[in-house]
Amino acid sequence: MSRIKEFNLPDLGEGLTEGEILAWLVKVGDTIELNQPIVEVETAKAAVEIPAKWGGVVTRIFHEAGTVVEVGQPIISIDTDPGAGPVPSATPAPSAASDEGETEAGLIGGPAPGGRTAVLVGYGPRTTTAKRRPRSGTATAPTTATTPTPPPAAAAPLVAAPVVPAPAPVVRPVSPAPVPSPAASVRTGPVLAKPPVRKLARDLGVDLAVIHGTGPMGSVTRDDVQLAASRPEPRTETAPAIAPAAPAAVFDASREQRIPIKGVRKLTAENMVASAFTAPHVTEFLTVDVTRSMKALEKLKSRPEFAETRVSPLLLVAKAVLLAAKRHPMVNSSWSGATGEIVVKDYVNLGIAAATERGLIVPNIKDAGRLGLQELAEALNTLVRVAKSGKTPPSDMSGGTLSITNVGVFGIDTGTPILPPGESAILAFGAIRPMPWVHKNKIKVRQVTTLGLSFDHRIIDGELGSKFLRDVGAFLTDPEAALLSWT
Amino acid sequence: MAKGESVAGTDIPPGGFVQLLTPDGERVDSVTSADGTTYSVDFTDEEYRELYRDLVTVRRLDTEAVALQRQGELGIWASLLGQEAAQVGSGRALRPQDMAFPTYREHGVLYCRGIDPIMPFGLFRGVDQGGWDANEFKFNQYTIVIGSQTLHATGYAMGVTMDGKTGSTDGEAVIAYFGDGATSQGEVNEAFVWSGVFNSPIVFFCQNNQYAISEPLERQTRVPLYQRAGGYGFPGIRVDGNDVLATYAVTRAALDNARSGQGPTLIEAYTYRMGAHTSSDDPTRYRIASEVESWKAKDPISRLRAFLTKQKIAKKDFFTEVDDVANQKALDLRERVLAMPDPEPVALFDHVYPNGSPEIDAQRDAFTRYQASFEGSGH
Repeated sequence: MSRIKEFNLPDLGEGLTEGEILAWLVKVGDTIELNQPIVEVETAKAAVEIPAKWGGVVTRIFHEAGTVVEVGQPIISIDTDPGAGPVPSATPAPSAASDEGETEAGLIGGPAPGGRTAVLVGYGPRTTTAKRRPRSGTATAPTTATTPTPPPAAAAPLVAAPVVPAPAPVVRPVSPAPVPSPAASVRTGPVLAKPPVRKLARDLGVDLAVIHGTGPMGSVTRDDVQLAASRPEPRTETAPAIAPAAPAAVFDASREQRIPIKGVRKLTAENMVASAFTAPHVTEFLTVDVTRSMKALEKLKSRPEFAETRVSPLLLVAKAVLLAAKRHPMVNSSWSGATGEIVVKDYVNLGIAAATERGLIVPNIKDAGRLGLQELAEALNTLVRVAKSGKTPPSDMSGGTLSITNVGVFGIDTGTPILPPGESAILAFGAIRPMPWVHKNKIKVRQVTTLGLSFDHRIIDGELGSKFLRDVGAFLTDPEAALLSWT
Repeated sequence: MAKGESVAGTDIPPGGFVQLLTPDGERVDSVTSADGTTYSVDFTDEEYRELYRDLVTVRRLDTEAVALQRQGELGIWASLLGQEAAQVGSGRALRPQDMAFPTYREHGVLYCRGIDPIMPFGLFRGVDQGGWDANEFKFNQYTIVIGSQTLHATGYAMGVTMDGKTGSTDGEAVIAYFGDGATSQGEVNEAFVWSGVFNSPIVFFCQNNQYAISEPLERQTRVPLYQRAGGYGFPGIRVDGNDVLATYAVTRAALDNARSGQGPTLIEAYTYRMGAHTSSDDPTRYRIASEVESWKAKDPISRLRAFLTKQKIAKKDFFTEVDDVANQKALDLRERVLAMPDPEPVALFDHVYPNGSPEIDAQRDAFTRYQASFEGSGH
């Protein structure tokens, strides 16, 4: 066996024929260890990490991320004995198989959303468009569903209407009249057909949905499929009525972008759906004058303790939330349907929603209620920095108890946030703007912001939610007074 | 029943369970269940350390198998990640004379029976049919068909009674492993009926890992699984399946009841499958990441390690040594799996009948001649 070993894409899940390279975790020249994750591959069944089969140095990566690779094609080569000096033939001659693999992948068209035949056994691929052998004709049969103005004479046939009467019915006395009555042709439910008939239809490239079924309860039979397959395809000129008279705007796949649902997007969607349809949300708003908070922030910045620490209005909002939560512990709780309990937490793991390149994540500061203001500021800065770098560890993203989403950074006034699953309250913090405001009975220009609080109405009643939000607002209106009276 | 406090990350299911070691590694001396049975363990320091070694080794070998599958060296693998304590606790509670009927995931029980862990790899690599001498190892073949092994175990247990091997403190007991999904199978219910009626020396050990592939527990049952036993006329008990000590204590007591003639017990080991159902499955399609995270906090190995550390039963050197040895075993396993020979085509005739038959012998001869007719022969 040669020093340079090629690793071929294995069948990752019982009968798969291909996989899509999602991301390479190593690059050419990297030294890797046995079983070190090297690549993420998504198959029709699962997205998985493949561990390295050998330790060594990566000498070649055959396919870029986004390529669909057939099982058995090489994806990476590894020099398993890099210490032994240069390899005799500096670069391994690309094998015929690998070239073939690249060509094939290109033909398949990379991460195309449809048309995969990726499994041989097991539960099927996600894609709904089955790869079909092209039929002999050039156009697809018009159906009632897609024909906007069917020619009256055609009586809206579901069966592909032949140009001339097909000879087939003559030799098939069991077949009914080729043109069914309009009433019979209106299909309401799914197509009925036995599995072997479905397979036959697939093998023959016949769309079951356009066949008129003659079996029990209108089910499609083997004969129906064979009849449909034996008919010539209607030529395009048979449907002049639907041909567009003039070039019109097209609204099809050529103008659509398809983005696979995965990673953070998928997780976000799961969490949002889980929360939105489990916890009954109520959102309340409060507009407050935060001029004094802004002044307090300026004072903080000039203090020696904060010489090295960046401070922002978010720091004071976080402090306001933490102090208000202490005064109203029920807002820092979670609904445990499984045990029939409300779990009220003595600790606040304060979540901060962060927009990152990977998408929305909500890392949290553990036991934030115990932190002093300066420690809290440091923790916030670290959290945001790590989140932006995309390196937030999973432990930072789990166990949150109460969250803040800072939509103000986008110049937005407020919103109705959705609770992270398992939390009972989340505060949206809007942009701070100079606004006309009644201050000491005069209209003055003041720094004003709007707070939005969503809470889980199973646990938190309007009264409690209102008191909590009022306290957050009271702190931001006059932080010094709030600190003196509350702590 | 031990009723723990419901604190974050350590939810205890409604109805409670037997727990002797909390997720934080705190030891509970003993737990008395509703029927008055007291469960406890009395291990020496060395025994505690060996349980830890079992858990780590079993997990490490499993990790290697997962990697081998991803590298194309196994056709499929059913990982036990997260269920180590349920398997090691029950596996170590078995006595040499006891007979075990596994599913296809009981790699940890197999290991605890003292069997070379490579034994089932022929099946997953596709180089044999996964056959071995069940009597030699007191460990039946891996069973793929869900729940069917509970009937095999029931029949075996009835045979144990007929052989007069029950009714004493050194009698023989049988343990049948299955999962939460299998409880919806007819076979499992038939096994419960027969074992209950015949008072057979059997322990039904259900690893409730919360999912029947993608189907969550709430789609399997409206009552806690262990409570089903009452309807069949034998006791059921739930144990923290991530607690190796409690699992050991409960299984040992149930096996001793069985061997002494007191009939079956259903044990529900409450645990969680941290990985995929098998390597062909993608669990992110049916469960959310926060749920998996919450079970990470209940990890069976880290709680025992915390206990050993706090009690000064083991130090860092020991943990390092255990990891190193487990690593070595995993690499050794890898080498041997890669070296497994492909079977000769003629081998398919080998295990049709235990003592051969003229018909099969004739077929084998014909097939051998046919093979030899190819140039270069062999394949």
